[in-house]
Amino acid sequence: MEHLIDIVLLGLLMITGFAIVRIRSLLAVAMLTSIYSLLSAALFVVLDAVDVALTEAAIGAGISTILMLATVALTSDEEKAPRHTPLLPLFVVFATGTALIYGTLDMPHYGDPAAPIHQHVAQAYLHDTPKEIGVPNVVTSVLASYRGYDTLGEVTVILSAGAGVLALLGYRTRRRNSRGPGNRKLVVLRIIAKLFLPLILLFALYVLFHGDYGPGGGFQAGVIFATGFILYALAFGLGNAQRVIPHRLLRILMAVGVLIYAAVGIESMLLGGKFLEYRVLADDPVTGQHLGIMLIEVGVSITVTAVMLIIYYGFVSRQHSGDM
Amino acid sequence: MALVVDVLSWICLLGGGLFLLIGALGVLRLPDFYTRLHAVSICDTLGAGLVLVGLMLQGGLSLVTVKLLLMFYFMIFTGPTAVHALAEAALQGKLKPVVDECEPQ
Repeated sequence: MEHLIDIVLLGLLMITGFAIVRIRSLLAVAMLTSIYSLLSAALFVVLDAVDVALTEAAIGAGISTILMLATVALTSDEEKAPRHTPLLPLFVVFATGTALIYGTLDMPHYGDPAAPIHQHVAQAYLHDTPKEIGVPNVVTSVLASYRGYDTLGEVTVILSAGAGVLALLGYRTRRRNSRGPGNRKLVVLRIIAKLFLPLILLFALYVLFHGDYGPGGGFQAGVIFATGFILYALAFGLGNAQRVIPHRLLRILMAVGVLIYAAVGIESMLLGGKFLEYRVLADDPVTGQHLGIMLIEVGVSITVTAVMLIIYYGFVSRQHSGDM
Repeated sequence: MALVVDVLSWICLLGGGLFLLIGALGVLRLPDFYTRLHAVSICDTLGAGLVLVGLMLQGGLSLVTVKLLLMFYFMIFTGPTAVHALAEAALQGKLKPVVDECEPQ
């Protein structure tokens, strides 16, 4: 049965991939990419990787689609015909694909218990998490505690990506504070957005603080927060959204998240532990781990929210008439 | 009792599947954008809604049912809103609906 689901999902992924290559309308391609992400999220659920699935659904199918649509709105929505014959790229893709498939022949089978990835540190993580960290979700314990350095690096990467987009796109303040086209016509959308906005933000808080126990955590929560605000901006216009969260504030928040993360590390050094060694944060090591994980997850979500919104503001503020 | 619930749930599941099929056919076969939207909205509300109700009956009184109920409410609100927003956008983009040419004078 599970094989059947796998085959159907992979088949749909392949069809979507071919459609993306063949279709010239970039708006359709953006929507197809969203479908592709949603299908991969479903595939991750089948593989029992619910944390990854949540991230893929929120980022791939949610935010990145909106950003792609905003980009298409800035440029043309028709793909230009290629100027060269596609023979050389076809050859390169074919050669790379063959090499990759050849490489998979040496890989262990899926689910093989003797595979190196299950023999290295994974067993120690699975074995020690309940007594050292005391959270049921091992993904969170690996991400936030055992591999805290890596996650700090990832958050810094997100921060620098946001700073890069900010440097490239800049930000234009508008002279006229547009309230969006056709106030009257958006009435249904606005009422529903108002109805769902608190629920979306509540769900983001749930994902953030429930990350120890179920799928979720700082990254996913940050993206869900950002989607909530983007929904508000879509329904009520960018001007109103900026009254809720001004661009100035976002630029500060973007760095504050990383600073909270690093500060937790430095605090644990001051208390006599190593950098990001949470167990010294409280009297009881397990409580310390809980506290540390919670604090850095909050930091991660602040940075992710701010960066997503900055990228969105950056794209949308460049549109002259549109009110994406 | 269990049999009745099971039969009801399967009726809902199959009915939902049927409506999804009808909606998909409609998206493929109907002549213009607005009528296709009509087909999509059937998928969204009746199709997915009936499937969710069927699953709720299968779940019984448990946390799963509560979650499914939340999903149901979410679908009921967002589906028609999305279709409405699409139709509104198409109208603003000056997309004319196809009308029957031999309509009565």
